[in-house]
Amino acid sequence: MKLSQEQVQHIADLARLALSDEEKALYQEQLSAILEYFERLQELDTAAIPPTATVLPLRNVMRADEPRPPFSRDDILANAPAAEDGCFKVPAVL
Amino acid sequence: MKLYQLTIHEARARLVAGEISAVELTEAVQARIMAVDNDVKAYLTLTLEEALAQARVADERRATGEDTPLLGIPLAIKDLLCTAGVPTTCGSRILENFSPPYDATVIARLKAAGAVLLGKTNMDEFAMGSSTENSAFFTTRNPWDLDRVPGGSSGGSAAAVAADECVGALGTDTGGSVRQPASLCGVVGLKPTYGRVSRYGLVAFASSLDQVGVLAKDVADAAILLQVIAGHDAHDSTSLDVPVPEYSAALSGDVQGVRVGVPREYFIEGMQPEVEAAVRAAVDRLADLGAQVMEVGLPHTEYAVPVYYLIAPAEASANLARYDGVRYALRVDDGGLGAMYKVTRGQGFGPEVKRRIMLGTYALSAGYYDAYYLKAQKVRTLVRADFDAAFEQVDVIVAPTCPTTAFRIGEKTDDPLQMYLSDVFTLSMNLAGICGLSLPCGFDTGNLPIGLQVMGPALGEQQVLRVAHAYEQATDWHTRRPPL
Repeated sequence: MKLSQEQVQHIADLARLALSDEEKALYQEQLSAILEYFERLQELDTAAIPPTATVLPLRNVMRADEPRPPFSRDDILANAPAAEDGCFKVPAVL
Repeated sequence: MKLYQLTIHEARARLVAGEISAVELTEAVQARIMAVDNDVKAYLTLTLEEALAQARVADERRATGEDTPLLGIPLAIKDLLCTAGVPTTCGSRILENFSPPYDATVIARLKAAGAVLLGKTNMDEFAMGSSTENSAFFTTRNPWDLDRVPGGSSGGSAAAVAADECVGALGTDTGGSVRQPASLCGVVGLKPTYGRVSRYGLVAFASSLDQVGVLAKDVADAAILLQVIAGHDAHDSTSLDVPVPEYSAALSGDVQGVRVGVPREYFIEGMQPEVEAAVRAAVDRLADLGAQVMEVGLPHTEYAVPVYYLIAPAEASANLARYDGVRYALRVDDGGLGAMYKVTRGQGFGPEVKRRIMLGTYALSAGYYDAYYLKAQKVRTLVRADFDAAFEQVDVIVAPTCPTTAFRIGEKTDDPLQMYLSDVFTLSMNLAGICGLSLPCGFDTGNLPIGLQVMGPALGEQQVLRVAHAYEQATDWHTRRPPL
């Protein structure tokens, strides 16, 4: 399963990763080899097999809709790369 | 016997008897860290002053008659677990300056039990790796041979335990990251059943596979640590609300009639002959001790690598989307929002992390989801079914942990697929969600440790501990120390 350069760029864009040309070439080669190896999964007939998303028997674990003390705003903003007026400051979105 | 060489249970006995103080013990371990960590490089962050303060408090608490399970015991913590006010880097540049505002549940439980926290240990970045060579900061060395890897991703914690730079440690295990470094470093590494221990405050890699695990000098210590961290947590909706048994009660030394399964698929071409020999000798020893040994089949073992390396990266691609430069961690301002995301992530993440994010993104993307991610999830069902069937015939499964002993630093870094294939014996346990541990069962001619894996069904920690402890006590591998 050989990935094309366009596919590598598309995946990088989906994953919001800026990659150098060297990285794109390296990942193209490595990911192609890895995916080639993974083709062996197609040997198995899984038409009647359900997928496993979780090994737990738990579903829809809920709690009572009661408010609890939140983190302090200062604690949350302590790691902010940029903050202003008690908010996270980001480049313009629109 | 130096103080830093004590196990948790030995240290507890002396603390309870008043023969030593928590401060003396902590100072001894800290002196050991100063003496050897320049060579081993197990630690990313040391919190020596805080640890001594905690030790003083532990001594005061003990003087009032208190005796919590880990009172005064100095431990190391893998840097993937949130420790309030203490840097938590996950081995990554993207979190280099991040300090969490809260403790992980397991950390809170260790503190409530009176533990002294020495610092944060090195790891493969975001737990992605099998050698600790993917740490963005430096590689930890195997205390048994400083030119070799300690394994990964909990390499720092395993090396710290092996080198007596802590009395015990926490690690995490998503595909073998506690068991494999335990095997390569000659210590005990236990992965609990998925859901047995809270993941709140465990920085997420693959949410359906991650579990906090323990690294210890012997099986009894592993039982003590597991006892403290196990149990339901309302903060983690994937934690099981089932009672926690008294794990130390399983350490009876009696394996009469215990059914031990040996899976034929775990003895493969290309594995180191000395590893096979040591594991088979260990199985014979268990038979001598009264266990009933039989062969079992785990026929889908050969598919564990592709299944794991599709599911884990896919989950990781979702979990690591949060590192976007907005609310915490690295931000690289490169003009505009989109550029901020891409350049922050492109620069902040290391090569293995980017590789796995790419792999996972592709496996989940439109047009490829069915052939890769969904297919892997279906084969995961088959891997689980293998274990369900085997555990109807046996109580535990015994196998090698790793096909080889510790490899040289740099030996496998050129070929990611080669690195992935070395995980073949540990991945299935995470896919099935079952429990197990690795403990030492010998050494090769290079004096490198060999690990024996003991696996149990979901919530079967007691029979795993029972069998492992009986084998351990009938041998002396666990008393050996590296020549540091």
